[in-house]
Amino acid sequence: MGWTRKDLLTIRELEPAEILTLVDTAASLQEIAGREIKKVPALRGKTIVNLFYENSTRTRTSFEIAGKWLSADVINFSASGSSAAKGESFVDTARNIAAMSPDVVVVRHGSSGAPALLARELSCAIVNAGDGAHEHPTQALLDLLTIRDKKGHFEGLSVAIVGDIAHSRVARSNIHGMKKLGMTVTVAGPPTLIPPYAQELGCKVSYRLEDAIRDVDVIMMLRLQQERMHAGLIPSLREYSRYWGLTLDRLAAHARPDVLIMHPGPVNRGVELSPEVADGPYSVILDQVAKGVAVRMAVLLLLAGGRGGEAHS
Amino acid sequence: MTARPPRLREKAEVLDTAGLDRALTRIAHEILEKNGGAKDVTFVGLRTRGVTLAQRLAAKIATIDGASLPVGTLDITLYRDDLDMRGAPVVRATDIPFSIKDKTVVLVDDVLFTGRTIRAALDALIDLGRPKMIQLAILVDRGHRELPIRPDYIGKNLPTSRREAVAVRLTEHDGQDRVVIEEPEEA
Amino acid sequence: MTTSMLIRGGRVIDPAASIDAVQDVLIEHGKVARVGGGLTAPPGTLQIDATGKWVCPGFIDMHVHLREPGHEYKETVATGTRAAAAGGFTAVCCMANTQPVNDNRAVTDYIRAKADSEGVVRVYPIGAVTRGLDGKELAELAELAEAGCVAFSDDGHCVMNAELYRRAMEYTLPFGAPVISHAEDHTLSRAGCMNEGVVSTELGLPGIPSAAEDVMVARDVVLAELTGAHVHIAHLSTAGAVRIVREAKARGVRVTAEVTPHHLLLTEEVVRSWDPNTRMAPPLRTKRDTEALLEGLGDGTIDCVATDHAPHALSEKEGEFDRAANGIVGLETAVALMLDRLVRPGLLPVSTLVSRLSGDPARLLRLPGGALGVGAPADITLIDPDATVTIDPARFRSRSRNTPFAGWTATGRPWKTIVGGSVVWEHVAEGQRP
Repeated sequence: MGWTRKDLLTIRELEPAEILTLVDTAASLQEIAGREIKKVPALRGKTIVNLFYENSTRTRTSFEIAGKWLSADVINFSASGSSAAKGESFVDTARNIAAMSPDVVVVRHGSSGAPALLARELSCAIVNAGDGAHEHPTQALLDLLTIRDKKGHFEGLSVAIVGDIAHSRVARSNIHGMKKLGMTVTVAGPPTLIPPYAQELGCKVSYRLEDAIRDVDVIMMLRLQQERMHAGLIPSLREYSRYWGLTLDRLAAHARPDVLIMHPGPVNRGVELSPEVADGPYSVILDQVAKGVAVRMAVLLLLAGGRGGEAHS
Repeated sequence: MTARPPRLREKAEVLDTAGLDRALTRIAHEILEKNGGAKDVTFVGLRTRGVTLAQRLAAKIATIDGASLPVGTLDITLYRDDLDMRGAPVVRATDIPFSIKDKTVVLVDDVLFTGRTIRAALDALIDLGRPKMIQLAILVDRGHRELPIRPDYIGKNLPTSRREAVAVRLTEHDGQDRVVIEEPEEA
Repeated sequence: MTTSMLIRGGRVIDPAASIDAVQDVLIEHGKVARVGGGLTAPPGTLQIDATGKWVCPGFIDMHVHLREPGHEYKETVATGTRAAAAGGFTAVCCMANTQPVNDNRAVTDYIRAKADSEGVVRVYPIGAVTRGLDGKELAELAELAEAGCVAFSDDGHCVMNAELYRRAMEYTLPFGAPVISHAEDHTLSRAGCMNEGVVSTELGLPGIPSAAEDVMVARDVVLAELTGAHVHIAHLSTAGAVRIVREAKARGVRVTAEVTPHHLLLTEEVVRSWDPNTRMAPPLRTKRDTEALLEGLGDGTIDCVATDHAPHALSEKEGEFDRAANGIVGLETAVALMLDRLVRPGLLPVSTLVSRLSGDPARLLRLPGGALGVGAPADITLIDPDATVTIDPARFRSRSRNTPFAGWTATGRPWKTIVGGSVVWEHVAEGQRP
């Protein structure tokens, strides 16, 4: 199925065939990373603006590399030390950027719904690089690509996502994507970090790590942030990691020997993942990062790749 | 937005099974002749039928000369000057699992028309390495060049009008080996 | 200015007087002189042919933010009262969260002076319960009452300290003016910006559980029982709160409640649009809640409809949802939308709606008006039940445009608004000068 949307805002609104188009395109683009000259001219002359209101060197760099390998001109705009810091509203910033005619705006923002706002205001393509606790589509896509790469297929696989589900856009995007591709998902964590009506998202809920990781094909651990402790949601990081942290012996005792360990990064070693697990043989965390560039190239290509005439050979 | 292509019907057969095979055999001999043998010769076929033709040429050279020449696959979607990702088929991988540095690359495609596809292929090849020489092998040259591209090896020269199409059918893809001219059905 | 007016042949709907019939209404010197059939009027009387129209006691909106003093860029007494008149309201009660806060008589006097000189409908100020709305010390409530405040409220904030709120209820007992509660436990609602539920989980927006409201409604009911005070719960939004109020009333507790039109007509589903005009406090809840609210309005558990008209500038209601200000304007959309979406489909009898907009708020706050008896002030809302209107914020009299109802159409709308015997607003057809 070809791609026809102007923007990539959520996984929730995509058809399974659209998700596969993105994943398949990304798979084809992986070989570019192995070339001596890592450049193809597909987006030559296109301008991509990275509009990042939240600090994220990792994701922003990934988008930047993706754009540059496609020969686009990439501009980075971070909120601090800019007009936003001087109090310019998000909407005004958006309009100012629009006036400069970019082809794509990649936006990361702390408020859920911010990319949707941009998509209405701007006529160029908008890519959601993470909005509040809502969605992080490219993360889910690279997670899916990693899973297929290792397991060969999607249908019938089971996944456990463990951690602060309530505040996780990675969890939400993955749940939507995995459900659409025929996987079963269980979310696990302390009850205070599981959002109300979580089952309505289409997943099972568990409050015990041991139960959640038994018999699953993939365990995805989420980063736990210090703020949750201060907000009274958990008593201490120590207690969290004692009961929901993934250690080698828990893994050995309960999980399958062919399980994949994933994490969107950065890892809090010793909190949600012990170092041995993070760096161990089950972990595909670095593969995820590598696939991130291919996925973002695929997204940029499908959203901004030319508007030519009829094909001639 | 591109208009719907008109429906086509077969007008005439240009190469039958035997004719196609003879053309490939001749090209295989010409490649060996022009390059003084098989040394440092490699094939890169353009998806999809160019790859099949390249594999057949490599097989014929193996029969004639004994040399086992490598065949790579090139997808030029990312290099097109008429790139339109909307509704287009998925980009497929380029797979050239050997070095082309200092080699002679014989680019193989089924039909040569405006030359734009080959222009894109040349850009791609140069990005992938630095070959010593690039030669072009084409099964059918239908004319109407828009760029200064000329093939080194031609299966058949076939003058056509712009509204016609040339369809190359190969057993591996279409169940039969033949080349036909198609024209739009009269409305 | 004519001193007499005859409104002829309209359907007079006056639930307080149990009248629902085609009658004439004669007004003299700003008061209702006679209601009956076939009335004649002295020469020079302004005659209004109200055939096919409804004639109701003037509607009273007891929960409005006029924003003056201090936030005149959003609304003023002048623009807010014009919006009220255009919405069919003859009186509004304005909340105290102005700048400075209406916690002393100087501000009350200022508001009343503005209303007298620039307002076009009656304005009844509501005084703050605590100084500066800080929830720490009582405002000088006796002086506020004397200055003309008809109720007390920290609306916008909940008085979290139960002991302080108890004392406020006790202190105000002799004034005959209720305490109006913005029932929201701020520790439970914290950073929330929409209802906590299925939609908030999917959108990844922090939620406000119904419990945040129910907990405080329960507390306020218990304190009302303890003190014997009249407590009025503002902008009820949950089924749980309706249940608590119903049960409390049955036990004889002096609690009353109001509901906004938007809580009757919208649910959390509209937040999926990310439109900051769907953000308000309390938030839009679920279908179950809207059904319970409507049932409560019908059976009298909820005493009146009040819009919680909350004007905000464009910059405060565009942009990120979780950064938007809370609230929407309501004066110019309430009546038409409720007529079309509640009365016409038979979900609420017209007499009930009229009562909840006129007689009930008047009774609750002991205001003049709310009925068309002889000697009553001639505050009259005339409705055209068959005219259609498409909500167009660009044509609002309010200074602000923050509404989620833009583009909604309704059959039934205000036609003329009369205050003290003068027409302060009348509908003008498209293309004519307003």
